[in-house]
Amino acid sequence: MTLTLQLFLIVSAALFCIGLLAALSRRHAIFILIGIEMMLAAANLNFIAFWRFSPEPRQPAGVMIAIFAIAIAAAEAAVGLALVISVYRHYRTTNVDQLDQLKG
Amino acid sequence: MSWLITNLWLIPAIPLAISLVILSLAKSRRKSAAALAIVGQVIALAFAIFAFLPTLQTPGFRAVQNFTWFTFGEQALRIGWVLDPLAAAMMMMIALVGLCIFIFSVGYMADDKNFTRFFAYLSFFCGAMLGVVIANSLLLLFIFWELVGLASYLLIGFWIERPSAAAAAKKAFITTRIGDMGFFLGILWLYHSSGTLLFYDEGKGCLESAGLAMLGASATFVALLIFCGAAGKSGQFPLHVWLPDAMEGPTPVSALIHAATMVAAGVFLVARVYPLFSLGAIDGVTPSLTVVVWIGVTTALMAALIAIAQADIKRILAYSTVSQLGLMMVSLGVGGVAAGIMHLLAHGFFKALLFLGAGSVIHGCHHEQDIRKMGGLRRLMPVTFLTYAVGMMALSGVPLFFSGGSTKEEILHAAARWPASRLPYYLLLMGVILTALYMTRQIIYVFFGNRRAGSLHAHESPRVMTMPLIVLALCAIFFSAVLTPAWSWLHGYLTGERVHSEISRLIQPMLFVSLALVGAGVGLGVWMYRKAGMQDRDRAPETDPLEYAQPALFRFLENRMWLDEFYDRTVIAFATICARVSDWMDRNVWDGLVRGFGDVGELFGIFTSNVDERGINAGVDETTAGTRGLGRLMSAAHSGQIQTYLGVVAIGMLVLLLFYAWLA
Repeated sequence: MTLTLQLFLIVSAALFCIGLLAALSRRHAIFILIGIEMMLAAANLNFIAFWRFSPEPRQPAGVMIAIFAIAIAAAEAAVGLALVISVYRHYRTTNVDQLDQLKG
Repeated sequence: MSWLITNLWLIPAIPLAISLVILSLAKSRRKSAAALAIVGQVIALAFAIFAFLPTLQTPGFRAVQNFTWFTFGEQALRIGWVLDPLAAAMMMMIALVGLCIFIFSVGYMADDKNFTRFFAYLSFFCGAMLGVVIANSLLLLFIFWELVGLASYLLIGFWIERPSAAAAAKKAFITTRIGDMGFFLGILWLYHSSGTLLFYDEGKGCLESAGLAMLGASATFVALLIFCGAAGKSGQFPLHVWLPDAMEGPTPVSALIHAATMVAAGVFLVARVYPLFSLGAIDGVTPSLTVVVWIGVTTALMAALIAIAQADIKRILAYSTVSQLGLMMVSLGVGGVAAGIMHLLAHGFFKALLFLGAGSVIHGCHHEQDIRKMGGLRRLMPVTFLTYAVGMMALSGVPLFFSGGSTKEEILHAAARWPASRLPYYLLLMGVILTALYMTRQIIYVFFGNRRAGSLHAHESPRVMTMPLIVLALCAIFFSAVLTPAWSWLHGYLTGERVHSEISRLIQPMLFVSLALVGAGVGLGVWMYRKAGMQDRDRAPETDPLEYAQPALFRFLENRMWLDEFYDRTVIAFATICARVSDWMDRNVWDGLVRGFGDVGELFGIFTSNVDERGINAGVDETTAGTRGLGRLMSAAHSGQIQTYLGVVAIGMLVLLLFYAWLA
């Protein structure tokens, strides 16, 4: 099996879709965060794939972007967790189906 | 003297003002009311005497005072008053007779609850009548004329609780109104032709040569229209029907208004505007004067005939008044203006005397008025009897000592010389006989014979009532002194000629004629009614000898020649039909129109309210319902589920991506 760009893109798309599926269908708030992380990882993979198969691979642009994205993902995961803890402290549940105060 | 002329208006004004004052008094203040009225009348009398004196000095005296009442555009309406022998003599008569009647009323109306109101109305009447005689403008005269008519209405219907009195007052007012319509048309025509309504205005007045010249041939019509008013007020045929019914009023009212003064106003009016009547006279005869003569003669004879068959003491006197007024009109028509006015003045005195005497009899017989139920009052009421006899002789025309005789002679004299026809003269001779006849009949029934039902407990009237009777009787006698042919001072005074006394003129052919006629009348009366009133007190009133002799004729005369019934069927029926038609029109046509407009408005309101309710409100309701539905729809999308929101974002992004890929 030759490593072509399409293969990487398919994998990243698949990862993205799994992440989306997780974010959309899990009841627990932490699992939604996991899904979001997966989507971010898939986007990272996309960046690295396009950098690897670009005409000038010596420039470290793709890697830089990936590193920044990972850092941002980490920060965002921290914030997300803080939100989940705050919500748990108030509503005593992590089931997002029960968090419908904005219903109207 | 000029003070007198400028203030002549006070003579009518004082009684009018006093009547207003009396009206404001309470009903219990009877003495004050009577005192005020009598004082007012005394002042008016004093003033009238004071005004009379200057007119004696120069023959043909006339003083006027005119002023502008108001202006409209360039024209001005001027009115004023005049003092001449005619006005002065009338004022004296009105004031003196009025005063006697006021004093009499104090006794006659003593038991009446509305004593004060009576004197207020009497005073009002005297003020208005005095205004009529001094007016220098036909308009001012008409104003006071109407006030006199109003006073007559109020006084005839004085006993308001009696429906017959109210009906009589209404009849009097409406009948005189018909005459007044003609009068007013005459005033309008006169103003249109001559541009002035003043009588005497330094040559420009309508009775002076310049004014008369402007009238020309229309003077006849103007005169006849004015005569309509005079005929209504003075009870000439055919407008005489109100006078006998007017006896529903108290007797002093009948004496004052319907004997001495108000009915005299018509004769006075004809005398006042005589130049209009006599314009263009050929030998003293004009068409308008001829009409006056014939109507006067008809009235005189007809009323005298009816009087013979009446049984109410006041009705006999009422018809006698109508007859005498006809006589006065004849006198004016044939050219004897001074004679007519002299008879008017004399008639005022002796007719008032007769009516007051009748009032005294009625009072004494406890309000019995049927002569067939009286009798033998000669001994029970001697003063009344003597004064009544004086009045009766004056009315019948006994010459020499009684005023009525001399004036009647003058009138007969003038009628005999009328160039147009001798028929009025002969008819008047018949009238004289009839007058003596019915008065004799009345005196025999009332004062002679046995006492009947009404006079059983009769008594003489108190002095407050008999004193005026005596005064008036003395006036009737002494007045004749200035009326005799021997010294026709009053004649000269009225016409402005100089006269000197001549005893020989006392014996004239006319004297014997009138003596003969009066004697015939009295004799016939005594013979016909010699047995009248001789029956016992217990039996019913007997048949009148005339009724016994000629029942059909008596029935005809007793029912006043069926004239009232005739008017009822014709004029009144017509008026009733007009009233019904007008009422129907008013209820259905005019009122229907108004109601139609109301209905249109209502329809408009219904329409508007429907538009508002069904259109606008419903629209608004639908809109809000729609908005609410939309809101419900939109709120369905806000489920509050985060994952649903996220899913929608993801799908939206996918669509956008596909859209961009498709575009590229």
